[in-house]
Amino acid sequence: MHPKKHFKCYAVVGNPNSGKTTLFNALTGLRQKVGNYPGVTVEKKSGQFIGQHGEKIELLDLPGSYSLNSHAPDECVTRDVLLGLRSDTPRPDRILCVMDASHLERNLYFITQVLELGLPTIIALNMIDLAQSQGIVIDVQKLSQELDVPVIACQANHQETVLPLKLALSRAEINRSSWAQKLPSPWMRAIDGVAAVWAHAEEKTSQRDPLLRMKSLLLLASPDAEIESLSKEMRAGSALGIALAQRSMLDRELPLWREVLVSARYDRITELCQAAQGRSSVASDAMTHHLDEVLTHPLWGWFGFLGIMGLMFLSIFVIAAYPMSWIEATFGFLGNLVREMIPQGDLRNLISDGIIAGIGGVVTFLPQILVLFFFIGLLEDTGYMARAAFLMDRVMSKVGLHGKSFIPLLSSYACAIPGIMATRTIENAKDRLVTILVAPLMSCSARLPVYALMIAALFPKGTASIWIQGAIMMGLYLFGTFTALGFAWLFKKTILQGETPVFLMELPPYRCPAFKHVFLQMIQRAEMFLKRAGTVILGISVLLWFLASFPKKPSSDARNGNTPSQNTIASATSDKAAQLEYSYAGHFGHFIEPVIAPLGFDWKIGIGLVAAQAAREVFISTLAIIYHVENDEEHPDSLSTTLIQEKRPNGTLVYTPLTCLSILVFFVLSMQCISTLAVVRRETNSLRWPLFQFCYMTGAAYLASLLIYQGGRLLGLM
Amino acid sequence: MNLSLCALQPNEEAVVLELPKEERIANRLREMGLLPGTTIVFVRRAPLGDPLEIRLRGYSLSLRQNEAASILVKKREA
Repeated sequence: MHPKKHFKCYAVVGNPNSGKTTLFNALTGLRQKVGNYPGVTVEKKSGQFIGQHGEKIELLDLPGSYSLNSHAPDECVTRDVLLGLRSDTPRPDRILCVMDASHLERNLYFITQVLELGLPTIIALNMIDLAQSQGIVIDVQKLSQELDVPVIACQANHQETVLPLKLALSRAEINRSSWAQKLPSPWMRAIDGVAAVWAHAEEKTSQRDPLLRMKSLLLLASPDAEIESLSKEMRAGSALGIALAQRSMLDRELPLWREVLVSARYDRITELCQAAQGRSSVASDAMTHHLDEVLTHPLWGWFGFLGIMGLMFLSIFVIAAYPMSWIEATFGFLGNLVREMIPQGDLRNLISDGIIAGIGGVVTFLPQILVLFFFIGLLEDTGYMARAAFLMDRVMSKVGLHGKSFIPLLSSYACAIPGIMATRTIENAKDRLVTILVAPLMSCSARLPVYALMIAALFPKGTASIWIQGAIMMGLYLFGTFTALGFAWLFKKTILQGETPVFLMELPPYRCPAFKHVFLQMIQRAEMFLKRAGTVILGISVLLWFLASFPKKPSSDARNGNTPSQNTIASATSDKAAQLEYSYAGHFGHFIEPVIAPLGFDWKIGIGLVAAQAAREVFISTLAIIYHVENDEEHPDSLSTTLIQEKRPNGTLVYTPLTCLSILVFFVLSMQCISTLAVVRRETNSLRWPLFQFCYMTGAAYLASLLIYQGGRLLGLM
Repeated sequence: MNLSLCALQPNEEAVVLELPKEERIANRLREMGLLPGTTIVFVRRAPLGDPLEIRLRGYSLSLRQNEAASILVKKREA
């Protein structure tokens, strides 16, 4: 089906923190594609570069891995691609191993496993400069000789050192390593036994085929609890039965067989390191040691943490606000330009109020996304991210999450969209999903204007001090946060339960960030957001515009008295209000009134809620239209004053303190952001999770508001 | 003197004797290079008491008290 490809494809593999992605970026530059592996929330990155002879060379950046026998979802993807067991990704022809020269011993564990797969392999010995500065001297030639593959020293952050690697990758022929791990004879017999089953099934393959032997080894070594994480093909047929029989044989003949498997490899690696690596007596990473003395100190550590988090959070809030207002102004200007240039009509409104406003709505998220990913890139590149997780893990583990969930949740106070995109730093798939599901409960900046308006309506001028208003605001933020943590705990206990993954996290040495890499990542995130979520958001904005503009209200001379609005003053605002009421959105507001009446909401609030699906702050501009208030910035109080006087048909006030409270609680909990749902759809690669998220959040909001309003009435409150 | 990894004090060196009984956990620890016979240095506890940081095979690893409690070590006298 696929045309025969003429270029070589390398899988890029290595330990996490080995500088693998930096090297990948250095090799491919901007010629990258970022996607997802179907069915899992693991990122798929591929890129190309032009080889020495002008031929295209493709690189596939596989998730960082510590071992082929690990069972975290990301590592499973790496393992399955290397074994050729993923139907969506063809088995690569060759492998580029990235090895951190300053952590040779642990890196070699995974790399020697990869060598045994029998594919042509090149090793990039990365961060050679760092190793040297720590007094580690590596005999590259000796290493290459022992491993039986080319080893090329480089520094991923220095373009010129990458050139020899590019040349090596362009070679027409690369040999397969003869490295094979020797194991005690019972182990060898067990592998023979399983490999024979597959060799028999596939006929043309020999039992000595390195790929079959590695598959057999992994089937034998997988812990029972995690055997499910192996690809179905590996567990199919009689191989699994044979493997279990071989295991009982091993239990009898070599009781420590599981330990021997790992220790044999480490023993050989230790020997190899002694031969190829010289260490001066003072070899150590003094900078990391000193920095950690401060940054993970019981007292100073918190100062550092609060400082860094505060700076990040304020930057998202404050710095991003400037470009956001420029973007808003630009799109406002464009909208006006269209209004002047195109004659009045539906086309003009579609372009100015539908499309331009929609695109503007998408683009306004960009500054926050860029600022957050600049910080995340810095934190990851410098190694502080792991320290932040180290500090916060105790707190997050109380609700069953990982320390790494902290930053995405914190970022969600600004906006859930970058927050959800930031969950990609969480390796564990279930933790990532739970974090995505609860992130929108953190009160984002779009809720702030709604909170402010409702608090103003709650306390007409002078009836409450600024402190009480502040306390209520604070209470809303805390309410959202605790609800998020509570739901996280609930989800970990129920729908996403399962064995708590073993929490093991490397604390990588502190390093100078590669700004090129940081910026590249920022651009990639922005591009991904615009391409994947942006289109959906734009589409839905136009749809919502349509619902609020059609059907058209007959013009005033043709009016035949079926309009329910009371006193129609011939002004632009009242026309707008009448139109909104007449539209599908208006009908929908009436339609849902029976459902929302128990919460204390009337149909006008209903229209506001429908419109707020585009973005929460739209609630305010919609109310302003409905209540004929010119929503200008010089009189921010005018809307709240109008609200306070608004009466129901029976003469009672609409915005009683109880209704205001009910609205507030509804906004804290409910999922009213199509843009977030579009991003969740992309990040989880499914429709099921955003739907579930919408239902549980809106359901919780409904119940909580119902409880407050009806409970309050029972208690005789207004 | 045999004790749990949790009982070590900062900067104490120890040799691993036994891994947790649960195979899933033991497997993960072994794959990260923590094997019976491996020398480790207890570096510190996180400011809130959990997780812990240890050094082994030239790198730093953090693990939760939960897992560390069932790792048996033998303290090496300085």
